Amino acid sequence: MTFGNDRDDGGEDRRGGPDWHRRPTPFDQYARDLQIWRARAMRSGGSVLLLAAVLAMGATLFSMLYQVQPEEVGVVVRFGRYVRTTEPGLRAKIPFVEQVYRIPVERQLKEEFGFRTAEADVRSTFSTADFSAESMMLTGDLNVAVVEWIVQYRVEDPYLYLFKVRNVTGTFRAMNEAVMRQVVGDRTVTEVLTVGRQAIETRAEERLRALTQQYEMGITIEQVVLQDVNPPDPVKPSWDEVNQAQQQRDRMINEARGEYNKVIPRAKGEAQQAILEAEGYTLNRVNRAQGESARFRAVQEAYRRAPDVTRRRLYLETMERVLPRIGARVFLDTDLRGIVPLLPLDSLRAAVPTAPAVPAVPPAPNAGGVR
Amino acid sequence: MSARRVVPGIVLAAVVLTFASAFRVGESEQVILTQFGDPVGDPITDPGLHFKAPFIQQANYFDKRFLEWDGSPNQVPTKDKRFIWVDTYARWRIVDPLRFFERLRDERGAQSRLDDILDGETRNAVARYDLIELVRNTNRDPDDIPIEAQEEEVILNIIEKGRDQVSREILARAATRTTDLGIELLDLRIKRINYVEEVQRDVFARMIAERQRIAELYRSEGQGEAARIEGERERDLQRIQSEAFRTAEELRGKADAEATDIYAGAYGRDADFYAFTRSLETYETVMDADTTVILDTDSELLRYLERPR
Repeated sequence: MTFGNDRDDGGEDRRGGPDWHRRPTPFDQYARDLQIWRARAMRSGGSVLLLAAVLAMGATLFSMLYQVQPEEVGVVVRFGRYVRTTEPGLRAKIPFVEQVYRIPVERQLKEEFGFRTAEADVRSTFSTADFSAESMMLTGDLNVAVVEWIVQYRVEDPYLYLFKVRNVTGTFRAMNEAVMRQVVGDRTVTEVLTVGRQAIETRAEERLRALTQQYEMGITIEQVVLQDVNPPDPVKPSWDEVNQAQQQRDRMINEARGEYNKVIPRAKGEAQQAILEAEGYTLNRVNRAQGESARFRAVQEAYRRAPDVTRRRLYLETMERVLPRIGARVFLDTDLRGIVPLLPLDSLRAAVPTAPAVPAVPPAPNAGGVR
Repeated sequence: MSARRVVPGIVLAAVVLTFASAFRVGESEQVILTQFGDPVGDPITDPGLHFKAPFIQQANYFDKRFLEWDGSPNQVPTKDKRFIWVDTYARWRIVDPLRFFERLRDERGAQSRLDDILDGETRNAVARYDLIELVRNTNRDPDDIPIEAQEEEVILNIIEKGRDQVSREILARAATRTTDLGIELLDLRIKRINYVEEVQRDVFARMIAERQRIAELYRSEGQGEAARIEGERERDLQRIQSEAFRTAEELRGKADAEATDIYAGAYGRDADFYAFTRSLETYETVMDADTTVILDTDSELLRYLERPR
């Protein structure tokens, strides 16, 4: 620290040196010390030379020491010739003869293509300028795609980086554009825009790596990341239309399936129903037949034992049940059979409600028989 | 007192001479010494401190690094008559500074010569090939293309040479013309290719049409598939219903047949009695309040009416 102070005072001295004794004493302690020191120097007779020497020493020290930041290395050249690379920390070099370049080898560098981040933040803002010349490229099927990407890289070899290639960044950008177009040029536009992203990144990375080696640029590629990959603006709507059509197709198919599902399981159930009902019918029909025939058999069995009387009984009992329900009854003598066609049946019927002819019916023989 | 004046004078002269004769050559530089404009000796490519004759010799610095050349975009027709912008870049370096100095003097001269040579060769090459040769690089095996991407037929035309080889050709032709200038061309690549404005518009129109075609394809696919499913639905419905009907009818028929057999077996034993009883049953159901019955006194029921005996 002392040498720095000496230098400062020396500088002041140089300006106010010759007439220092005519001026009032400076205010601070420092200046008083200096006066004493200077007086001593005057006595020894070489004040100006001594001051010059001090100055030179200060400059030398300043030129000798340098600091290398943690993410950097220092590249030292002597008369322009490379001599050594130094690690981070406070370092010394031969003053005036050696020069140092500090290269941030640990820092990740980034180049953007097709867009520029104006201000990186939680929500980054992007430059609104048009970089479409960088990002517009031809695909293998002679269509156009707009591909934006970034490359992350690092300085790997500071010697090569400094001394082998002029304008590393510019060269690197040109390389990037050439490589990306080469990779995209081998793919269809659909592939570029949809499924091919990963493959494109990988392929571009490989090629860039090979090319940086070939160019001896001293940088290493860390990652190529595709950003927005789009069809050109005028084509975009039709691209969306395809997506929409795809959705439409899926929707139509789903709807048809839905309709199918709505109808078919129900029809299956109804079919089951019809079959089961038929089975029920079968059971009903057969059981009834069996029942009825069993009954008939039983009755017939009995009838055979006394056919004549049973037959009459059955007839008469039936008549007894049937005739009371009947609206009109006409009894005819056998001898009068000829008049039947002349009978006024309608008037007979009309008379029924008011004057039923019931009394004319005698109780049937064996009435109150089996019901 | 004279010595006091002479000594600083000598020192000063020495310093001036030293500064006039010493020069440094950087890692990225090479130097040609010239004496009154004429080159003297070999080029100095070794970095470090060097000396020359003061005042009469002059150090001319040249870059030793790889230098860039960035072509300006050229509007060129390809062999298949498509107008495109071609933008190339190249890398070169000064390998023979002496010749370079003689022929071109400085980098500015070199850049303009390179413009002439490289732009010219690029033009020639582009005009010799179809556009596809400049765009594609390899005949990439379609097998590499994932299935999902093959929604439309892939129109990747086969190429003979490809971008890499075409640029190599340009490089080779240009390199023969630059060696004479003390320049080595290391690499030349096509940076950008783009359609010129009018062509671009056509290409966009074509892309739009193509997209619309694909969209139509999807829509029609959807409609077709939906119709197929609808048909399937109708068929399945008919099948299910008719099968059910058939089965049900078969069952009913069988049941009827069986019942008929059973009835026949029972009633067949006494058909006459069956007819009698069945008729009686029928009377009961058939005759109601609207029926008029005319009974003969001879009938079974009334025959005792007149002749009780």
